[in-house]
Amino acid sequence: MKTKVLAIDDSRTIRNLLAATLEEAGFEYHCAVDGREGVDMYPDVDPDVVITDINMPNLDGFGVIEELRGEGINSKVPILVLTTESAPELKARARGAGATGWITKPFDDASLIFALKRVTGAAA
Amino acid sequence: MSGSIQDTFFEECEELLEATDEGLTAIEGGDHNPEVVNAIFRAVHSIKGGAGAFGLDDLVAFAHRFETVFDEVRSNRLELDEKLVQLLLRSSDHLSALVEAARDGGQIDEAHHDTLLAALDEYTPDEEEDLTFEPMGLGGPAPMMDLGDLGAAPAAPQEETYRIRFQPLKEMYGTGNEPFFLFQALRDMGDLAVTLDENELPGFDTMDMDESYLAWDLVLVTKEPRSVVEAVFEFVEGLCELSIAGDGDAEAEANALAALDAMFTAPPAAGSADGEAAAAPFEPPVPAPEPEAKPAAAEEKASAPKAESGKQEQRGGPKPTLRVELERVDRLINAVGELIINHSMLAQQIANLNVSDTRDVETELEGFKNLARDIQEGVMAIRAQPVKPLFQRMARIVREASAATGKTCKLVTEGENTEVDKTVIERLSDPLTHILRNAVDHGVEKPEDRTAAGKQTTGEIRLSASHRSGSVCIEIRDDGAGVNRPRVKQIAIEKGLIPENAELTDGEIDNLLFAPGFSTAKEISNLSGRGVGMDVVKNAVTGLGGRINISSAPGKGSTFTIILPLTLAVMDGMVVSVADQTMVVPITSIVETMRGSDDMINSLGADGTLLSIRGNFVPICDVARALGLYRESDRQAGVYLLVETETGQRCALAVDDIHDQRQVVIKSLDGVCGEIPGVAAATILGDGKIAMILDPESIIAASPTAAAFDTERRLSNAS
Repeated sequence: MKTKVLAIDDSRTIRNLLAATLEEAGFEYHCAVDGREGVDMYPDVDPDVVITDINMPNLDGFGVIEELRGEGINSKVPILVLTTESAPELKARARGAGATGWITKPFDDASLIFALKRVTGAAA
Repeated sequence: MSGSIQDTFFEECEELLEATDEGLTAIEGGDHNPEVVNAIFRAVHSIKGGAGAFGLDDLVAFAHRFETVFDEVRSNRLELDEKLVQLLLRSSDHLSALVEAARDGGQIDEAHHDTLLAALDEYTPDEEEDLTFEPMGLGGPAPMMDLGDLGAAPAAPQEETYRIRFQPLKEMYGTGNEPFFLFQALRDMGDLAVTLDENELPGFDTMDMDESYLAWDLVLVTKEPRSVVEAVFEFVEGLCELSIAGDGDAEAEANALAALDAMFTAPPAAGSADGEAAAAPFEPPVPAPEPEAKPAAAEEKASAPKAESGKQEQRGGPKPTLRVELERVDRLINAVGELIINHSMLAQQIANLNVSDTRDVETELEGFKNLARDIQEGVMAIRAQPVKPLFQRMARIVREASAATGKTCKLVTEGENTEVDKTVIERLSDPLTHILRNAVDHGVEKPEDRTAAGKQTTGEIRLSASHRSGSVCIEIRDDGAGVNRPRVKQIAIEKGLIPENAELTDGEIDNLLFAPGFSTAKEISNLSGRGVGMDVVKNAVTGLGGRINISSAPGKGSTFTIILPLTLAVMDGMVVSVADQTMVVPITSIVETMRGSDDMINSLGADGTLLSIRGNFVPICDVARALGLYRESDRQAGVYLLVETETGQRCALAVDDIHDQRQVVIKSLDGVCGEIPGVAAATILGDGKIAMILDPESIIAASPTAAAFDTERRLSNAS
């Protein structure tokens, strides 16, 4: 079974980069174009790990984490925040909402895969 | 692979830059809605994010500075005053230039770049953030990747033994972090021994399911540097009690951990408070935290709509869209074209059937026709796009042109939501750019001249789009000095475009601007073009099946009017016969049709004929002769289509007969038989035959009679 990744990012460029990197590394890749779509897609995709951007229209990354961890969905899967920001208070806020970890944009492929392995135990 | 992703990035940049421009234009117009500011922030932020992935450092640095200013604005730490808005507009232009330079490998204006950066700097707080974007806060696995190289380095990595004590706080379990995976990552680095410490695990009767009781002692023997070992625990910093003791680096460890503690503002205070509450005596049926948790959740819900209201609003705003390859739409358009042809064929077949009562069939056929038209309009609507992005780019052109000429101009746009075929929009960009640069360069006066003329110092250029009876009308109106007619005429005479004694109407003089090779600039400014005149603009417009006109009032300004067909795929045409061939003339070019009698025809010179219409003479142009067709009989063409050219020249196209007026599907002849003089394209008629669509302009241009008459008219005007 491939490890299923749901990536939520409003930038087509980032989505394409993630798709290329993840598919090459043997992950099953799904994506959503904003937070709202990501949360809506979550039950159907039923991913093993979520990667989400912070600055997005229609529901930002914090909102995504809150809704996924909230009572409705009650997700337990790892959620990685993908962000250009590296401000500590932002990380603290994301973690307060239930984020598992963060990846700083621009990410290099190795860091991304390393982080995914650490949170999912994926053999990929 | 990465090449195509980079293409996507630049495509996306176009959209993001448009969004930025759109937002800034709204702000310039006084709309300071937070969502507008947010949208710009996100757009610039996305550009930065993508640019970072491709190592476009200049772009990243500039976008970052730009974005920071917006962050200040959206946090209400900075007010959008006139000066700042202007700076942001210029910055947005420069961002476009940077994207272009990154894409096409061009150079940017370094001085301008630095000036803008410095100007933006004044609005931003001192940067603390490191712009080098080191991936993964703690160094990440990068050193691991370099191990091969490091091995050859003088200081070869030694195996080191790390003793790690890892005790998760209960908060860690809510974040999706799983100890097992962390251990797995450590195991991948070398030899790992894991010992579970369950000493704190209470008995079942006192166990709180939400509490964390387990701890692990790990011994890792690895060649990896300490930073890599620490990176494994990056995500659980502050969510666990962690100590990593390397053999013989107790001091270094203390320093590193102190630094880490300072870096993360983890919430141990809240954590420990909860911990105490949970450790309180166990209450069987209703756990104490429950009632507490509920109000908290309710409060969260109540406050959520407030924070989200802006977003809700936005969610109602943009409609869901679908991104489709253009080729698919074009295939559909072609199929609809065939459907329309198919309908006319069917109608023809039914008419040929010799059935007495065809009423029912005709009703159904009418329904078929209406549906086909609906589908056609629907498909055309897919290709149609609002002119808004195009107009927004033009605002930038005007700003640049103003800056280059030292004039102050603003562009006012109207009818931005008017939809036009995608190809038309694409091909309009160059002509519009040229006209607008001209308007700034030659139309609008210098500020001091404007003041002297009693005008506002800022020139206004109005760019508008509207639908006008089946066509699209684009108007560029400036409030400048108008066409300098004596000067234009003089140049035209100097260049031999008109005879020295020519007497021209004002309209004719204005239209000389479109004559090939005409340029009014005394010296070719590097702004309006390098020897490229308005004739190129005109060709571009006529190439789209459109027309362009200029009208001008001295001291008040000039107006360029571009009339374009709504679509490039179908048109209304008049079906005529010429020397036993069926042809189509575009309705838009026909002013009037009439049947001629002998007494209306007068001769001009040896070969030419003129048609007398209500006391005016119009040159006759025999289409058959113009196309090199020969009539088998001596039958004369007796039907005239009065057409008018761009320059206002009128001509009567002589054809044999008029059959019908109908919508025809335009089929390009490009690649089939090249360019035929006088023929614009082809179509397929109801009987399945191919008919040529004529180009009246080029037929008239090639007609000796029309040319002779035109010269004579000018000369007679002169005398």
